Amino acid sequence: MSRLARLTPSLALLPFLLYLTVFLLVPTVTVVVGAFAENGRFTLANITALADPVALTALRTSVLLSAVSAVIGAVFGAVLAYLIVSGGQASWLRRSVISLSGVLAQCGGVMLAFAFIATIGYSGVLTVWLRDHLGIDIFGSGWLFALPGLILVYAYFQIPLMVIVFLPALDGIKPQWREASVNLGANGWQYWTQVAFPLLRPAFLGATLLLFANAFAAYATAAALVSQGNPIVPLLIRSGLSSEVLLGHQHLAYALAFEMIVVVAAVMGMYGLLLRRTARWLR
Amino acid sequence: MASRTLRVSLVAAVGVAALAACAPPAKNTGSGGSGADAATATSAADLGGMDALVKAAKKEGKLNVIALPPDWANYGNIIKTFGDKYGIKVTSQQPDAGSQDEIDAAKRTKGTDRAPDVFDLGQAVALANTSMYAKYKVANFNDIGAQFKDPKGAWVNDYGGYMAIGYDSAKVPAPKSIDDLLGPAYKGKVALNGDPTTSGAGFSGVLMAAVAKGGSADNIKPGVDFFSQMKKAGNLVPVDPTSATIKSGQTPVVIDWDYTNAAHVNDVKTWKVALLPNVDPVGGFYYQAINADAPHPAAARLWEEFLFSDQGQNLWLAGGARPIRADAMVKAGTIDKAKYDALPKVTGTPVIPTTEQTTKMSDYLAKNWAAAVK
Repeated sequence: MSRLARLTPSLALLPFLLYLTVFLLVPTVTVVVGAFAENGRFTLANITALADPVALTALRTSVLLSAVSAVIGAVFGAVLAYLIVSGGQASWLRRSVISLSGVLAQCGGVMLAFAFIATIGYSGVLTVWLRDHLGIDIFGSGWLFALPGLILVYAYFQIPLMVIVFLPALDGIKPQWREASVNLGANGWQYWTQVAFPLLRPAFLGATLLLFANAFAAYATAAALVSQGNPIVPLLIRSGLSSEVLLGHQHLAYALAFEMIVVVAAVMGMYGLLLRRTARWLR
Repeated sequence: MASRTLRVSLVAAVGVAALAACAPPAKNTGSGGSGADAATATSAADLGGMDALVKAAKKEGKLNVIALPPDWANYGNIIKTFGDKYGIKVTSQQPDAGSQDEIDAAKRTKGTDRAPDVFDLGQAVALANTSMYAKYKVANFNDIGAQFKDPKGAWVNDYGGYMAIGYDSAKVPAPKSIDDLLGPAYKGKVALNGDPTTSGAGFSGVLMAAVAKGGSADNIKPGVDFFSQMKKAGNLVPVDPTSATIKSGQTPVVIDWDYTNAAHVNDVKTWKVALLPNVDPVGGFYYQAINADAPHPAAARLWEEFLFSDQGQNLWLAGGARPIRADAMVKAGTIDKAKYDALPKVTGTPVIPTTEQTTKMSDYLAKNWAAAVK
């Protein structure tokens, strides 16, 4: 084989590597350098500022929001995915739910926040109807604009995403395995606890971690819903970058972004490990 | 989804940076050499008078402005009128950006022909970056009080206003005092324009509440406590008020500058703007400056002349803002009387914080605001 022929496959990779460099490597390096350097000098001031109560509270809220919305999304998404799979490969239900999930998993930002405010905000359609007709107050003291509200709104795109990423794992469960376990005398409960669940566990946990990362990095939805107090890390970063009141906090924003990279990297590391196990099972 | 939005903006930022690196630096050397002169001119006279300035600006034919929302202080009309009057193509970049974004954009695009020519900045950002401005005195420079300008003309206050409460009179009663906003009639209805640790308007809104509750520019705590009470009562909606939220009735009460509030009449016919009676009003002025590295130096200077001319000042007034030359124009009889008389009435001594006071207050907010509105 000539040298050129040997090189061709790697040449095809070039555009991808270029893409990675420009859109992943360069921003990451910029963030890391910006977190540790200010005015051309090395400093740990911005990293130590991460221990500030406001920054710590934001990190705690971010992690809590991502974890809870990931678990809710994973559980409901998995159940929904199971219902779809049991309907058969070519059912209209399967096709329509998959297309709908594809749309909803990408639906977010200002539109989504606005839809929730217009439905269950103080003068939202549902709130007003329930108040006028049944005397029920679902607005309370504004939970929609705090952590519970964020969790609910995030679930709206987490559940469809779970359906999309979890379906292939469910498809991998072969009906023959169930037939085999029944032949060996297992009942339905035994099949689920001893065969299906152990098989699905890595995929389920992996998908949950993916949902966590998805929620952790989400920004626009929260920005449109809660513009006071910067309760989560991405909003605190925005404030650091563009505040016209607190000046010179750009490098704190870099440090916060670095903190996010560390958290997401840890989560993705775990995801990678789980994926290896899943791959072994499904081979 | 939402994560994608963040990524898209990162991508956009990187893209802009990459493009900025490729774009050739703007050349100011026109055949007459007027462009090069314009970059250092400190008044129209330096270029041989207004006519010469107009000629040089027309030759450049373009002007980049940044962070000027069309519904803010009538900027939509101002940009259009200027463009039509002089035949200059005005590019309005990032209309919804903040003051800090203007400075960042100027640094990022420095030396390209897409750099902003002029700035319109809030106090804190304006005074922190004075080395980036070109010194220039407009024809009406002497009409402006000494406290409202840099003596050499690096910056000049252009227009301002007072913190006010805008409300939909069809949905809520007129607020007579700040404590009214805690009542059940305002439940789930009050919005503040921006987080006070991020936006100048939000900051001044909290200061307004502080002054009304016995605080001052040296003590913003009562304002923070008041908003905390409003949040607990469920009256504060922490949504960013926009034309969309106001039109749809999600934010029927908005604490914001009187001139931005006044513009919402276009969204809701029953929208009214009120200053708190018997409370010293919180005032603020914006800062106008020319980018020292402006790619269109003559057009930038002509823009300033236009803004501070009677026509420009009256255009701001038509948007509900108080132009800086208002007093001089009242004396000269050149002000748009009907519009001027229609501004919300002001009683008491205006509270306009100094830079030191602003810094101290923002430090307090940085530590306490997030917990107050949790």
